[in-house]
Order: sequence, then C-alpha cells, then structure tokens
Amino acid sequence: MALKMVKGSIDRMFDKNLQDLVRGIRNHKEDEAKYISQCIDEIKQELKQDNIAVKANAVCKLTYLQMLGYDISWAAFNIIEVMSASKFTFKRIGYLAASQCFHEGTDVIMLTTNQIRKDLSSPSQYDTGVALTGLSCFVTPDLARDLANDIMTLMSHTKPYIRKKAVLIMYKVFLKYPESLRPAFPRLKEKLEDPDPGVQSAAVNVICELARRNPKNYLSLAPLFFKLMTSSTNNWVLIKIIKLFGALTPLEPRLGKKLIEPLTNLIHSTSAMSLLYECVNTVIAVLISLSSGMPNHSASIQLCVQKLRILIEDSDQNLKYLGLLAMSKILRTHPKSVQAHKDLVLQCLDDKDESIRLRALDLLYGMVSKKNLMEIVKKLMTHVDKAEGTTYRDELLTKIIDICSQSNYQHITNFEWYISILVELTRLEGTRHGHLIAAQMLDVAIRVKAIRRFAVSQMSALLDSAHLVASSTQRSGICEVLYAAAWICGEFSEHLQEPQQTLEAMLRPKVTTLPGHIQAVYVQNVVKLYAAILQQKEQAADAQAAQEVTQLLVERLPQFVQSADLEAQERASCILQLVKHVQKLQARDVPVAEEVSALFAGELNPVAPKAQKKVPVPEGLDLDAWINEPLSDSESEDEKPKAIFHDEEPRHAKQRPPEADEQELARRREARKQEQANNPFYIKSSPSPQKRYQDAPGVDHIPVVQIDLSVPLKVPGMPMSDQYVKLEEERRHRQRLEKDKRKRKKRERERRGARRHTSLHTESDEDITPAQRVDIVTEEMPENALPSDEDDKDPNDPYRALDIDLDKPLADSEKLPVQKHRDTETSKSPERQDVTVVEKKSKKPKKKEKKQKEKEREKKKKKEAEKGVDLDFWLSTTPPAATPAPLPPGFLQEEPGVNAAVTAPKEEPRGEEQDAGEDAEQDLEKKPSEQKKKKHKKDKGERSKDKKRPKKRAPPREGDAEPVQNGALREEPLPPMSSYSLLAENSYIKMTYDVQGSLQKDSQVTVSMVLENQSSSFLKNMELNVLDSLNARLARPEGSSVHDGVPVPFQLPPGISNEAQFVFTIQSIVTAQKLKGTLSFIAKNDEGSTHEKLDFKLHFTCTSYLVTTPCYRLDVPTDGSALFPYL
Amino acid sequence: MIKFFLMVNKQGQTRLSKYYEHVEINKRTLLETEVIKSCLSRSNEQCSFIEYKDFKLIYRQYAALFIVVGVNDTENEMAIYEFIHNFVEVLDDYFSRVSELDVSFFSAVNQVFHSAWQRTG
Repeated sequence: MALKMVKGSIDRMFDKNLQDLVRGIRNHKEDEAKYISQCIDEIKQELKQDNIAVKANAVCKLTYLQMLGYDISWAAFNIIEVMSASKFTFKRIGYLAASQCFHEGTDVIMLTTNQIRKDLSSPSQYDTGVALTGLSCFVTPDLARDLANDIMTLMSHTKPYIRKKAVLIMYKVFLKYPESLRPAFPRLKEKLEDPDPGVQSAAVNVICELARRNPKNYLSLAPLFFKLMTSSTNNWVLIKIIKLFGALTPLEPRLGKKLIEPLTNLIHSTSAMSLLYECVNTVIAVLISLSSGMPNHSASIQLCVQKLRILIEDSDQNLKYLGLLAMSKILRTHPKSVQAHKDLVLQCLDDKDESIRLRALDLLYGMVSKKNLMEIVKKLMTHVDKAEGTTYRDELLTKIIDICSQSNYQHITNFEWYISILVELTRLEGTRHGHLIAAQMLDVAIRVKAIRRFAVSQMSALLDSAHLVASSTQRSGICEVLYAAAWICGEFSEHLQEPQQTLEAMLRPKVTTLPGHIQAVYVQNVVKLYAAILQQKEQAADAQAAQEVTQLLVERLPQFVQSADLEAQERASCILQLVKHVQKLQARDVPVAEEVSALFAGELNPVAPKAQKKVPVPEGLDLDAWINEPLSDSESEDEKPKAIFHDEEPRHAKQRPPEADEQELARRREARKQEQANNPFYIKSSPSPQKRYQDAPGVDHIPVVQIDLSVPLKVPGMPMSDQYVKLEEERRHRQRLEKDKRKRKKRERERRGARRHTSLHTESDEDITPAQRVDIVTEEMPENALPSDEDDKDPNDPYRALDIDLDKPLADSEKLPVQKHRDTETSKSPERQDVTVVEKKSKKPKKKEKKQKEKEREKKKKKEAEKGVDLDFWLSTTPPAATPAPLPPGFLQEEPGVNAAVTAPKEEPRGEEQDAGEDAEQDLEKKPSEQKKKKHKKDKGERSKDKKRPKKRAPPREGDAEPVQNGALREEPLPPMSSYSLLAENSYIKMTYDVQGSLQKDSQVTVSMVLENQSSSFLKNMELNVLDSLNARLARPEGSSVHDGVPVPFQLPPGISNEAQFVFTIQSIVTAQKLKGTLSFIAKNDEGSTHEKLDFKLHFTCTSYLVTTPCYRLDVPTDGSALFPYL
Repeated sequence: MIKFFLMVNKQGQTRLSKYYEHVEINKRTLLETEVIKSCLSRSNEQCSFIEYKDFKLIYRQYAALFIVVGVNDTENEMAIYEFIHNFVEVLDDYFSRVSELDVSFFSAVNQVFHSAWQRTG
C-alpha cells in the first residue's frame, strides 16, 4: 500500500501539470492541435489511475482545454469522481470542471445529488461554498427540487460567505424549480436586512431579477427597498434597487411619486455615472407610469433631458451612447422635450462611431413631423451617399423607410416625393433591403390611389433602366425592386403612357438573369400589359399593331419557358399557349381584347396583415381534427411555394395572382367578382366613402389648393427628390398665404359676431395639408374580426413559471421536499410543529420567548413600526424626509381608516395568528374590556418574536393546517392537529370550522368551514343557513331575506373536502355567541338522490373576534373574503 | 443579467471564459471568434458597447487583452463597464502587476473572479 502511494507520487512527478500544459501549448504554436490531442491521450491514461491526485490534475488540464474549445463531455464521470474527493483542492477542481461543462443534458448529473448534498452540509465553509458555486452553473430541475431545502437552510448559515452564495443560487433554483419560490420567499425577504452587506446585496440582486419578470408580486416589498435605497451607500446595490423600482412603478404610480425626489437627489449628488444613468432610467420609467398632472413633473423630465444632454455632449463615447439610448426612452412618451435637442441628435449622426450614429437614428424616428420630414430625410440621404460600411448604410435605408412609413405614412405630405426617394434608394449598391423598398413601393402604389399614375411612370422608368437588371447577379438584393416595379406596371397598366415600350423592356433577354420569383411576376404582368395594349389597339381599330404585339409575345415568351424556375416556366408556358390561341383568333379578325382583359378584371385591395389570424374560428369547427385519417407520412409532405414577401409583408404575398391555366384563371376572376359584389364589406373600386388620409384642420373644412402636379417632374433617368423639397416649400408658402388670407377673412367674420373660437396662427404640424388628396385605402379585415392584437407571449419563457402569487398562503403540498434521512436533523431545530402541541406542553418556553421578545421589542420597535406600515399608507403619505417616520405603538389603532384600502394583499401566517389568539385569550379572560389594547401589544411582541424564529427552523410551518383557498379542492384529509374544530358530522359529511376576526371591516368575522364528504355519494346543492341572533348575523347575498340560506360555491365528489368561507356581522365583541344552523344538501348516488340536512351549532368565543398580526406577507388568502389588514 | 464573461487577446485566443448560460462547445468557439472580431474592428474613439444579436457586449481593452462581458438588455451598461475595471484592479492586486501571462494560468484567475464577482453581485 505504502509502496503504491510512493509509486503514485513518483509517477506524478513526471505528469504534466496545468502549467506544463499551458507552456506546452505556447511552445507548439505551429502544431497546436496535434500537441493537444497528444495531451488528451495522456490525460485519458491519467484518468484511468486510482490516485485521486492524478485524476484531479488530469481534470484540471481538461478544464483548461475545454475553455480552449475542446469537448470534454466524455470525462463527465471522472469529473464527478474528482468532485467527491475529500481534499478541498481536488474537490475544487472537480466542481470547477463541472461548472464549466455540465449542463441539463449531461446524464451523469443525477449521480451528483448526494455528493452535493454532502458537501452542502459539510462543516467546512469552503466545501459548502465550492459546491454552491458549482451547482449554480449546472443546476437542473431535478437537482433544484432535491436540494432546494438544503440550500434554503444554508441561507441562514452563520457564515456570511455561505449565506451570500446560498441566496444567489436560490435564483437559479427558482428558475429551474418554480415551486420552491413560495416556501423560500420569506427567508429571502429576511436576507434583505441581513447585517452583512454582501448578503444583503445578493438578496437585492435576486429579488431584483425576480421582480423584473413578475413585478406585481414584489410590490409589497417597496417600503423595505425604499428604506434600503435611502440608507445604502453601496452603488452596486443602489443600482439594483433603482432598477427594481423601475420595474415596480408601472404597477403603482403612487410609488413613482414617492421615488422622484430621492432619485432626483441622487442624480444631483452622485458622481458614479452608472448610478446616474440608472437613476435617469428609472425616473423616465416613473414619468412614463405617471399620468401628467404632477406639478414638478416637467421639472424632472427637464432634469433628465438636461443630464442626458450633458452625457451626450461628453467626449466619452460610452456616455454619449448611453445618453442617446436613454433619450430614446424619453422620446416615446415625451417627444416634445427631446425634440428640443434635435440639433444635438443631428450632430451625432456625423459621429465617428457607428453605434452612436445608430442610436441617433433611432431618435430621429420620433423627431420627424410633417414639417421637417423632407429635410431630415434629405440629410439622411446625404449620409447614405457617403456611408462607407454596408451595414450602416442598410441601417440608414431601413430607418428612412421606417421614418417615412411610420404610423400609416402620417408625416408624408407628398407621396411623389416619397416615391422618388424610394427610386433613389434603388441606386444603392449591394443593399440587403431591396425587398423592403419593393414592399414600400407596392404598399404606396396600392394604398394611395392618387399616386398610381406617378408611381407607374417611375416604375416603368425603373424597368427600362438597365442598371438593375445588369446587376442582378452581383447585387442580388436590390433587383427585388423590379418585382414591385413589374407588378405595379402590370396591375395599373391603364396609367402607363407608353405601354408598348414597357412591354418591350419587360421582355428583354436580360430579364432571364433575374431570380426566378421575379421572372414569374414579369411573365404574369407581361400578360396584363398585353391585355391593356390589345384593348387600346382594338379600340383604335389598329389590327395590325395588335397582331404585332401578339407576335412579340409569341417570340419572346419562350425564353421564360426555358427558365430554371418552375413557377416562371409554368406561367410562361400557360401564357404562351394562351397568346398563341389569341393569335389564331386575331388572324380570323375576331375581337379578343375584351376577353383577354377579362382575365384581370377587378381590383385587388390591400388586406390587413393580421386579417387571416383574426378570422374567428366558427363554433363547432375543430381545426386540429383530421378530416380524413392520414394515409402515410410521405404523402402529406407538401411543398411550400416560395413566397418571397411572405415574411415581410404578407398582404402582398396574398395578392399574387393565382397561377392556373387560363380557364381556371378566368373562372376564379369571375368568382371573385361575384364574391366582391355580394360581400358588403368589400371596398369596391368605385369611389366609396373611404377614409380620407388626413382631415383638414379646424372646424370648417378648408379645401386644399390644387397645385398642378399631375404632370410629374420629367427628369430623364432618375428623379431627384430634392426638387420636391423646393417645390414643397413653395407649395407650403403659397398655402400659408392662402390660409392667412382666409384667416383674415375669418377673423373679420368672427369679429362680426361669429361664435367660433379663434385659432392662433402658428404653422403647426396639422396646418400642412398634403399635396395630393390622398386616399389611403383602408386595409380589409375579415368579418367578425377579433379586435384584440393577440401578441402571444413566448410560452417557452422560463420566467413565466415564476409568475407565482407570493401572497397566497402556503399550502402543505408546497413544502419543499425534504430527504427522509435528514428529518431528524432538521427537527432538531426548535421547530414549531403545531400550535396546539406547543401550547399544551408547558408555558415555559413561551415565557422565555416572551422575555426575549420584550427585549427584542425595544430594539426592533422602530423597525417594526416602519415595516408594519401598510404599503398603502406608506404610499399615501409623502413625508419630506422620504423615510416613513417611526410610528408609535397603537398608532394604527387610532387610525383604523388607514387600512381601509389595502392594495397589496396582506398576509397572515396561520400559526402565528392562532398563537397570538391563544396568548391574548389568557389575558382576555381576565380583562375583556382591555382586550383591544392588550391584543395589540401582544401582536407586536408576537411579530418581533417571529422575526427571529424562522432562522431556526427549516421549512416554515411544517404540519400546520393552512387554509385552503376558497373553492380549491384538497385531496388529503385535514391534518389531525389543526386549529379547525369539529362543527358537526354525520354519515355524509363532516364539518370543521375556524373563526377569524377581520379588522378590515371591524364588525365582521369570517368562518372558514371545511366540508368533507365522507360518503360515496356525490354532494351537491349545498346550502348553509343560520338562525341569526341579535348580535351575530350571517352576511347573505344582496336581496335575500334573513331566512334564506347561503349556497356553498362548490360540489363535493366522494372523499373530497373543500373549504367555504362565510362572513358574519357581529354587533358586540364582548359576548360569546352560539348560532344554530343547518347545512342542507342533495346526496346523489347510484340509487338516486336524497335531500339531507345536518344541524350544527356555531360557537363564537370572544377570542375568535381577535385579529392577529402577520409576520410574513406570504400567507394571506387572496380571495378577499379573509383579507387581513396589516397591523 | 450577465450571459458570459470572456478574456480574449488580440490574436483571438481565449484566456478565460465563463458562461452563465449553457452554450454548446462548438458554438462557444464560434461565438468567441465573432465577439473578438467585432471588438477588434472598433477603434478607440468608438464606444465600448456593441449590440450583438439579442444581447449587448461590453468590452474594455487592457494592452492586448480584451475583457468582454455579454449581458442582456436589462443590464446597466455603465455598471458592467465599471465592474470590468474593478475586476482588473483585483487581478492586478492579486498578481501584483498582472499581465496576460498570469491570466493564462487560469485557475487562480478563476478564484479571483469568483470572489470579485460575488462582491459586486
């Protein structure tokens, strides 16, 4: 044995250690891969040895290699071996390796559970620490479930080093095992006030992360965080807290009001830029959540904008970037205050840094108005021209389109200008966004009817210009615009001035180099054009010309028939046959134009992008059901046609003419026409009352000055959008003059006694009327479209599982799973298993506790009072000092009204409540008149006592009977020892009950009744009736008489129990009450149903009127019937 | 939330990597090369934040060594930026004048990293 050890250590001397490996890799620069594979072979040998030191060394080297990108998953088992080494230095290596390469898919991970548990409970804090650190990287749902309880215990470890790690890892546990959140939350909350700043910071971090996803659950912690914020000096913690508040304020605007002041103070005082930035961000969030009307509202927004301006003007690029980023957040809600800094933003467009320019671009989006759109876009266009990188240029391009098309083109006053911009953009080389431009062209041409003539002329010029076609191979992106151009020219061919020329352009041989889907569109639209030309020629009785056109098609179409693209090929061959047929008819002098153009009769209307989604599924239609059973898998595979615009603009994809043979085509056209005629929702092409683009301002409609723009600017080659800018200015100037004139007239009229209100003369945005009277054809929506935009949340979001109501009471089933063999250990801690037991044992421990709590109370009085203040109260007052002032005991009693409106559900741990009740009972029996005062005192003490207690026990409130949520089914029978006492019982049903006072409505008590079905019958129509006494009345639903019963809101299948709650109004709390009552129900079994009754006597002791104090917020029934105010 | 932490030199060699979300090993290499590429392409006069896919990269350059932190969009960029420096100061303290060579012997760095990280949260 000894020899073996010696041998092992000698062997080790010759092994490479990590440093040798690193050196070796550095020395083998040329053949690194070879060297490493050699090393891996050595490592494999080393792993086979028994010596743990050798193994650890091998794993250590593997970890390094893994970091360099080599797969080491094959060594997973060896890693576990090293993890279980007893020596810390080895164990650490093992855990490090595990944290680097284990993940949920690692199958050996389940072998680690017990090892990790052992390490977690190790006496050495470093063993525990390393296990926690490692676990945080590879925790799986299984591990989380099995170890949650152990980790939770560690949260109360004596060493802050461990507490800190345990708190942090709880976040990962919550993510993997959301059920653990509720049981662990009270302790987590406790850690917010941990004496160690590291632990505190860890807890803040965890809650901050949790709250960011589901903020509403953490609203009740706001006072605590507020205190932390005003007292902490740790910037890291402050940043997190402030971030957390940013998430909370949207839910509670009053919180925002309270925050503004300390935040602005911080903004003024802090020197840390990160903190400043966070503060500004949160102030913005606060201001967003606040509706305007706050007096210092604009002051704080001004402060933010000012500070941000300083950031943006700073020479540090990082600050500049962040400033712009934050500015864009303000922009969303307060565009006015940002627009004042337009100069700054435009200046940033010239920045050397691309990311800064991009942020500035984002800001521009919100800064445009009708007035400055052209100017801004012009500036952007110059940037496009000089932009060096394609990514930035593409970004510019999309931004230009975004800016122009935002909110339904609301800033565009002149669509001719816009079309020219789009056409200019087509000159961009190598952009990826050809399809975007194309989509815009289509959208504008379809939806803005007035622009079609101009659009068509521009598009035909595009088709004519060779540069796009020629470049189709090298810059695939931009030729997409030809798709739009061809479609527009075809669909609106009636606006074409020289259709023949366009037709020829579309039939050039070069076209065949275009991508297939564009060729297909070409073919289809060639026919549309052809139909238009035929009609034109036949009307002119120019048979010769008509035949020539046909001949042209017959000659040129074969080039598409040979296309590699199936779609283009199919369309071309169909159409070729059609044209040949037409040719025959033409030879016989048969007029064909009518019939050919009938192919394309009717108009296509834009369909809203979500139209299809919004068609409600008719009742009784199951879309998932098979119509026919599927034959085999292989046949059901359908090939999807390549819909080029499908992703970006589904509505265009839908408009693509169906490809089918001519008869089918004609038939469909006919059918469509028919359908359109019958569909009252279809917007016909005839001028129907369509939504006008922009309503003219003012009460009286001012007709738009018609400027003769019908003759578009004839610019050979490319149109220049700049000319429009000048033109637009002139137009506006003229308009203004015109308006002034009218205004003057109007004013005169008004002076004469008209009652119209005067409008100030400023050229506001609305004053600019669009150049064209533009109709934006509204998009079609299906009949019965559902109004909502159901933007489904991602069902895979891991955080959704954490959306847990933390205010609900803990149920038995929710306790964290505890390993059986550890039970003895955990129960060593003075756990309050059950109230009744504790109580019966002796009063000794209690007295001790009492003494202790007296001491504690003095210390914690201040804290308690603060903590105890209802969130609502906390929010409703705004003391200038910002910290809620400590309240004298009994404060709330004098002002019970504070509790009237409880926003956040408050909670009440059942155990405590009962305990306090018992406590108070002893005193009460002696001096019932002093009850109120005493009770309060007790409560206070109770609370401070409880603050300490959880540290000692593992899962909170084990064995306690938790009230079940009203209406919730509970499978297992009630635990034997509970605060519920038996009310009545027969062969069918067993009733147990518990009475709780309610301070919220101070004259009410709530009786929670657990009804357990003991028979094999199904119990239904349960109704509870009580003979009211003078003092106590059952609260009945409105409108029912005093003799009516109250229905129980559930039915009971055999063996099931459930809880119902009934509210009683009490006149005097100094008299005990006995109320006679009856529970009637129908028991239904196989033989039939019988009507049954069970009489009971409800006993209200004086103590049952008591209201007790919660220690945790976790345990409150949220159903409103038993809302306990926070005392 | 921090997604990963990288120390990469100008040649693109990873000196330290730490992932807080599991990334497959071959994707890691790919990610690392892309990350360092985008960092190298930036000049001194550009800001230290890069938008990369659906997260943000925050980097700082120390001589030939880049420290890159990938965070999601809810993180405070400036705080991470300051944290990186904080970390480097700790390293410097630990190794007394830290150099890339020190970092390449990584297990010690890992220890430092853990403690530094936990201090700041």
